[in-house]
Amino acid sequence: MSVHNPNFVLMVEGLTVSFDGFKAVDDLSFYVEPNECRVIIGPNGAGKTTVLDLICGRTKATAGSVNFKGNELLNMREDQIVHAGVGRKFQTPSVYEDLTVFENLELSYPKGHGVFGALAFRRDDTVTARIQEIAETIFLDDQLDEKAAFLSHGQKQWLEIGMLLIQDPELLMLDEPVAGMSVAERKKTAELLNRIIQDRSVIVIEHDMGFVEDIATRVTVLHQGKTLSEGSMERVQNDPKVVEVYLGH
Amino acid sequence: MMTNASNRFLSRSELIGFAVLAAIIFIVLPVMLDTFRLNLFGKYLTYAFVAIGLVLCWGAGGILSLGQGVFFGLGGYCMAMFLKLEASTPENTAIQSTPGIPDFMDWNQLTALPVWWEPFKVLPLALLAVVLVPVVFAFIIGVAMFTRRVGGVYFAIITQAFAAILTILIIGQQGYTGGVNGITDLRTLLGWDIRTDEAKEVLYYVNGVLLFVVLFAAQFVRKSKLGRLLIAMRDQEDRVRFSGYNVANFKIFVFCLGAAFAGIGGAMFTLQVGFMSPTLVGIVPSIEMVIFCAVGGRLSILGAVYGALLVNWAKTTFSESFPELWLLGLGGLFIAVVMAFPNGLAGIWAEQIAPRLAKLTKSGGASVPLPDAAKSPAE
Repeated sequence: MSVHNPNFVLMVEGLTVSFDGFKAVDDLSFYVEPNECRVIIGPNGAGKTTVLDLICGRTKATAGSVNFKGNELLNMREDQIVHAGVGRKFQTPSVYEDLTVFENLELSYPKGHGVFGALAFRRDDTVTARIQEIAETIFLDDQLDEKAAFLSHGQKQWLEIGMLLIQDPELLMLDEPVAGMSVAERKKTAELLNRIIQDRSVIVIEHDMGFVEDIATRVTVLHQGKTLSEGSMERVQNDPKVVEVYLGH
Repeated sequence: MMTNASNRFLSRSELIGFAVLAAIIFIVLPVMLDTFRLNLFGKYLTYAFVAIGLVLCWGAGGILSLGQGVFFGLGGYCMAMFLKLEASTPENTAIQSTPGIPDFMDWNQLTALPVWWEPFKVLPLALLAVVLVPVVFAFIIGVAMFTRRVGGVYFAIITQAFAAILTILIIGQQGYTGGVNGITDLRTLLGWDIRTDEAKEVLYYVNGVLLFVVLFAAQFVRKSKLGRLLIAMRDQEDRVRFSGYNVANFKIFVFCLGAAFAGIGGAMFTLQVGFMSPTLVGIVPSIEMVIFCAVGGRLSILGAVYGALLVNWAKTTFSESFPELWLLGLGGLFIAVVMAFPNGLAGIWAEQIAPRLAKLTKSGGASVPLPDAAKSPAE
């Protein structure tokens, strides 16, 4: 187990997961600084999404350590990891389609998480005001009463981002936030992300190179579950190994 | 803002729905039916308790239990044990080799009351057990299943297995449970004869009141954040989990709540029908309970009550005339509901009848409805 280093929000060390002998993530280490936006890129099957799954507890690691502000996340349950301050957005928009935008955001509001807390939970002005504020940030303040099922694909992605924002996580993990979006939506999302990554650490998985260049502090290139290259966008782009396995195609 | 409307305990249409159901249960049925038929409908309504629990578990939470008969039976047996002990006074059982114990124990060569029967000598303890025994049982199953993330079909099959196990256990332990005959010959509740017509009417109303207590409790849960969480869990379990909720706890809670409702229903069954037997616990009744819920509409607590009433009424009516065909009919009904009306009667009402009714009342309320109606086809 690694000792917590205050220079880093997240320390991933020797992280390994093996599915029936196949190592999807193999002895991976990387460190995320406060307020850093780390983008993970790599070819299909490189293990990008699996890394996020391991950090948020969705997949159990075979070996290694994930230290978040001194907490060893690998020993914690998913909901405990969320309460520690880690938020995760899934690749396909995961919103509650039968509920309204307001209710979607309300369920993500960080209060009343126990069974009896949820029974006793009441909508007060603080909750409503906060939901209104988030809804404005994610361009959905006119759709609060709309069922999430009726939103466009891009709007669902925004809604899920909003559901994470309302929890105010210190580490936000986004899995392909602009995939499947129109050009206009993509531009708006970049603007949204640029705004919300200001005061927190973010890990983003993305394929869109223009988008990556726009938001990344540092880039990690994964290949077959291992780090192929790491550094600024410029450095990574000029790394011959990266060009060969990924960018060259 | 919108928050007021959806936050209210009962919306206008829900209030009307509750009022109509109250009128049917407390006025229409008692006026129309003789005591024998009223008692039958009282029996049907005890299944509505189970169906309401299933609306929360299955309709809202997506947890299909095929073992609700277990909880219905446990509640019913707890009540029956108290009534049986009251009926087994030493005077009443003087001809037995061991007077003062239930008759079936005496037939099975038991010479003393088993220790775990003792609490059922006291009514408050027995009433507590009616709710607590099913809840504790559901809690154990829930913890074992939901913390291991067993769900969907696997959970349904396991609950079904529990229904089979409990039936076999009850039948096998004849000396302690009354075996395949169940617990019969129940007479009085604290000296009040429950077999008279008058008592049956009183019990019908008690049952109706309890049903509304359960309906209001279910409505409270549905309107709370927990109710919305159940729907969220059904559709996107992972998103709920990664929003900081321990999903298993919520499933355990709603499963226990459904068990509590079923237990109350079972106890009211025992009181109104006068016996409890393993045939009401097993696989077939458990599946029937799911059908009541599905026919009524698995998303609607009021629909569940109508489903329980209608299917049971049909069962009585048709099985009197065509006993062999009833099970086939029931199966066909279930398939029809799943294929054609996935939201059951409540869905048909909400999607087909209510909008037309609204149209009718609107045009009916207009000052000159006739020319309007005559004009529209010409246009």
